[in-house]
Amino acid sequence: MAAIADAAIVVPAKASKGYWASVGSRLIKDKVAMVALTIILLIVLAAILAPYIAPADPFRGSMIRRLRPIGTPGYPLGADELGRDMLTRLIYGGRLSIFMGVVPVLAAFVVGSGIGIFAGYVGGWVNTLLMRIIDVFFAFPSVLLAIALSGALGAGILNSIVSLTIVFIPQIARVAESVTTQIRTRDYVEAARVSGAGAFTIVRVHVLGNVLGPIFVYSTGLISVSMILASGLSFLGLGVKPPEPEWGLMLNTLRTAIYTQPLVAALPGLMIFMTSISFNLFSDGLRSAMEVKQ
Amino acid sequence: MLLYILKRIVYVTPVALGVSVICFLLVHLAPGDPLTSVMPIDATAEQQAEMRAAYGFDRPLIVQYFLWLWKVLHADLGNSIATGRPVLTEVSRAVVNSLILAAVATLIGFTFGTLFGFVAGYFRNSPLDKIASAISVFGVSVPHYWLGMVLVIIFSVQLNWLPSTGAGPGGSSNWRPDADHLRYIILPAITMSVIPTGIIARTLRALVADILSQEFVQALRAKGLGEWGVFKHVVTNAAPTALAVMGLQLGYLLGGSILIETVFAWPGTGFLLNAAIFQRDLPLLQGTILVLAMFFVGLNLIVDVLQTALDPRIQRG
Repeated sequence: MAAIADAAIVVPAKASKGYWASVGSRLIKDKVAMVALTIILLIVLAAILAPYIAPADPFRGSMIRRLRPIGTPGYPLGADELGRDMLTRLIYGGRLSIFMGVVPVLAAFVVGSGIGIFAGYVGGWVNTLLMRIIDVFFAFPSVLLAIALSGALGAGILNSIVSLTIVFIPQIARVAESVTTQIRTRDYVEAARVSGAGAFTIVRVHVLGNVLGPIFVYSTGLISVSMILASGLSFLGLGVKPPEPEWGLMLNTLRTAIYTQPLVAALPGLMIFMTSISFNLFSDGLRSAMEVKQ
Repeated sequence: MLLYILKRIVYVTPVALGVSVICFLLVHLAPGDPLTSVMPIDATAEQQAEMRAAYGFDRPLIVQYFLWLWKVLHADLGNSIATGRPVLTEVSRAVVNSLILAAVATLIGFTFGTLFGFVAGYFRNSPLDKIASAISVFGVSVPHYWLGMVLVIIFSVQLNWLPSTGAGPGGSSNWRPDADHLRYIILPAITMSVIPTGIIARTLRALVADILSQEFVQALRAKGLGEWGVFKHVVTNAAPTALAVMGLQLGYLLGGSILIETVFAWPGTGFLLNAAIFQRDLPLLQGTILVLAMFFVGLNLIVDVLQTALDPRIQRG
């Protein structure tokens, strides 16, 4: 008995893991999220290393060898409507497609969180006014707003990114505002205010740490939507211009080939789908690992 | 209740005004002024100024807005630059086709979404739940324009069962509920229904699981109510949210149909928008977007009121 008691005293109490460490260990145990993350990393890595791993030049084609089926010698995934190597263009295509999917969410994350946290923290009529303006943007379905803005601004990569950023700002701002409003009324924030902490200090120390997590999770969920929309804009001819390799645009230019080479024509869409579903599954995993209930 | 409806209308009015401001500004967002695209390139500066004055583009923006709003309130959305016909005529013809497609898609989505959502919520973590969850993740992740292409490849190109584009035989642009036209709506409607199926299934799964874990369900079971009786209670409790999500999805589909309508050459508002963008037909672009956004605002209002009528607890301030 005594030995056991002694042993219990001698064993040092293990420090409990920090929040991020436990989120990380929960995430690593989530098989689906890990597979999704691996796919994302592989596609991103392939896109970054495209000049080193792609077998051919993404712009050089041959009209004689146009629309070759999958498995043609020298064209492992076939050739497109201008005789360019599909595998090469799919690898290169990830560069613009992922860039145009991720950048609007990042930009909207910064601006939207700023607006939302400000509105939530300040409260009162400033909050009401800002949120009413945000409500107006919610009166447009995302796809419609993105297409309306791009349609008015004109085609182009920058214009697409701007349009999509404007689409996501209100969504992120709304989440940021609701989380901040909840936190602002917590006792520890009240205590900090009573003990004389300034607004800036309270936001930096107490609000940001508690608010950014949920907003971040929500934003990762938007990447999939953003990818589908960005490629959709290119698919409509509103985003990337030819001959640049980009999955949405490739899908558009290969549409006429569905009668002759249906499998080749469907490949760019498969890439968009794989990337988008991976981002979605990873975001779901992150959400449950961080125990965010939004 | 009537008071609540009035309150909601008062609340919606500034939103509707805001929407009109955004639609108005869209035209001014375009590079150059709205007339640049329609004027002959060799027009002199004097002629350009004359045109600008004739259309009122030389006035201050705020004056232009109120003049435009006045016309809009009198059902005048201007004329299409490409066809010269009134925008309202063009849009209302297209809206009917879009509405039919979106309604059919919502119905399909609601049926399957509720089915999957209920099954998944009732049998949490069972293989059935996994399948239903997989379907809902697929629904929200798949680029629907690509799915449309894949369905066309399978059912039109390979199997030759269904037509690939258009709304009816012989390029018919008015959809009618007869056997010939029905074949044309199948593929676009299924393509479009994938999103609401996923979203409704996801929402209902969480909702049903939440309702089942509440105390009143335990109490009902303790009182000896059978599974069927409990199920009826679950349905009653889930109905307001399910209907609200369905209503919103109808609006999203109506506004977001442009990609699918382009794939299937469906003669709706999406197709019209596409044409307006590429012909730089700004009045048509503006009018179509205004009509679609107002539809969405109206739909939101109806959903809100219906939801409150079904469940008075959720009345909003």
